[in-house]
Amino acid sequence: MRARRECLACREKKVMIPLNHYLLLSAFLFSCGVLGVVVRRNAIIVFMSIELMLNAVNLSLVAFGQFLGDATGQMLVFFVMVVAAAEAAVGLAIIISLFRNKQTVNIDELNILKW
Amino acid sequence: MEFFSPTDLLGSSPILALGLFSLIALLVNAFLKNSAGMVFYVSAVGIFVAIGCSIYTFPMNATAFSDMLLVGGYASFFSVLFLVIALFSMFIAKPYLEREQYHYGEYYVLILLATIGMVMLASSADLITAFLGIEMMSVSFYVLAGYFRGKLSSNESALKYFLLGAFATGFLLYGIALIYGTTGTTNLLRIVTMYPQPFNDPLHIIGWGLILIGFGFKVAAVPFHMWVPDVYEGAPTPVTAFMSTGGKAAAFSVFLMTFSVPMSMRDERLMTVLAVLAAASMLLGNWFGLSQTNLKRMLAYSSIAHAGYMIIGIASATPMGQQGIAFYLVSYALTNLGAFGIIAMMEKENGGNLNYEDYAGLGKRKPALAALLAMFMFSLTGIPPFAGFIGKYYLFASAVQSHMTWLAIFGVITSLFSTYYYLRIIVYMYFKEATNHEEIKLPGLTFATVILCGAGIVLFGIVPSLIFDLMKSIF
Repeated sequence: MRARRECLACREKKVMIPLNHYLLLSAFLFSCGVLGVVVRRNAIIVFMSIELMLNAVNLSLVAFGQFLGDATGQMLVFFVMVVAAAEAAVGLAIIISLFRNKQTVNIDELNILKW
Repeated sequence: MEFFSPTDLLGSSPILALGLFSLIALLVNAFLKNSAGMVFYVSAVGIFVAIGCSIYTFPMNATAFSDMLLVGGYASFFSVLFLVIALFSMFIAKPYLEREQYHYGEYYVLILLATIGMVMLASSADLITAFLGIEMMSVSFYVLAGYFRGKLSSNESALKYFLLGAFATGFLLYGIALIYGTTGTTNLLRIVTMYPQPFNDPLHIIGWGLILIGFGFKVAAVPFHMWVPDVYEGAPTPVTAFMSTGGKAAAFSVFLMTFSVPMSMRDERLMTVLAVLAAASMLLGNWFGLSQTNLKRMLAYSSIAHAGYMIIGIASATPMGQQGIAFYLVSYALTNLGAFGIIAMMEKENGGNLNYEDYAGLGKRKPALAALLAMFMFSLTGIPPFAGFIGKYYLFASAVQSHMTWLAIFGVITSLFSTYYYLRIIVYMYFKEATNHEEIKLPGLTFATVILCGAGIVLFGIVPSLIFDLMKSIF
């Protein structure tokens, strides 16, 4: 209750965190994700980095939605979460079926098909 | 309060029909034993119903679900194309999977689900539906690429496709977020009315750039093409046939629709970026194609090169270029389905019989098959009277029309490279002695599909107005 009152108070004084801060954080997280995908060789960690990218985007969508006073951004976040969940299910299943045949999840060892 | 208008339901009827039939197919598969054959028929009926719905909505020119989906015209044209591709690839798949003893009902359900995604892509008037469509299609493709669970090459192909595909989705989504942030809407029809004002914002341009990366991955353009050869080679052949035709056509339909928005500004920078992308794809795709020995891998590089040709149409941003892309997609889909159909028939267990040498002497062993494959190769090269020629002609002409003559010249030169590897297979078939005398079985269903594809490319090559007349009402 007290926290809520404080929040209302800060809104009245217009001391909101500026939009740019959210966007910079989101860009930073997105870059971390991209870096992770490029640098790491473990398929599961690569997949986690991709999830980080998606969640970085979610952050900027929510921030934009809040600052534009528009619900589309928040709505899109739900779609992204659903899609990420579906991707996780399929992706982990693929990783498991690979592991059953080859006992590794290291991307560098996937070399039947030449890059 | 009214939730759905009749236009909404009618406009989304192809998607609803496909969804309904995919659920029925899934239930049939779950509750009946040995039901793969039945699932095949249910899925085929579903596709026919959806084709009927698409043709019925063709004359409408509207939007459904508060401007989320396009109805009629553009959407219907591409939906019919995707549905026909799905049907043909199912015909190619059935005998192939029976032979490989992997004939399960899930396969057809996944094809239907991927097709829902494709139809959604062609009808998307909003970046949200575009995103959902792309994901629905891609997630089904990831599973299909890994369909041969026991084969390492299939696993590997699925994992590579999945990781790079999901990576690309991240970029696409970030682009959508930035465009939403700078315009306050995700609706393409509304964004276009705001121009040119958002174009002054660098974030907006970065947003389009990120979306371009995402689409570049999906259409397999250089420098986002790394996954293509591996995935096409490792995936089961009928799946490759479906991905390389349906997946590409769907990605192009949404690429074209989405980029008609920023291209309406005729911005020099964007046109140059697209032109460079096209040139790089044509050059590298054809260049690497020269040294391939495996036919599936050769067709993968050829698919990269063809993505390059089609991007010319987007870069030129003229109605001629757009019609060229649509025509090219039809001809490319028929040609590639036919070629992969033949490869599927020739293939032996565990990926044997896929190299150029295995086709030596085919002209004598199976004259009809060899003649059809030769036709498909001529069409891919772009030799008249086959459909590939007309499509290429329109795309190159559109480049000249928008003062990018260098791109057209570049395209013609790189097509000359491609002649080498397309015609090499014909040399093997007709001018070399057979080394392999094993009996080749021609399953009727696949062979009939291949003949239909061949008839299609000849028909559209000789009477291209059949398609161009339709397109006058679309673009």
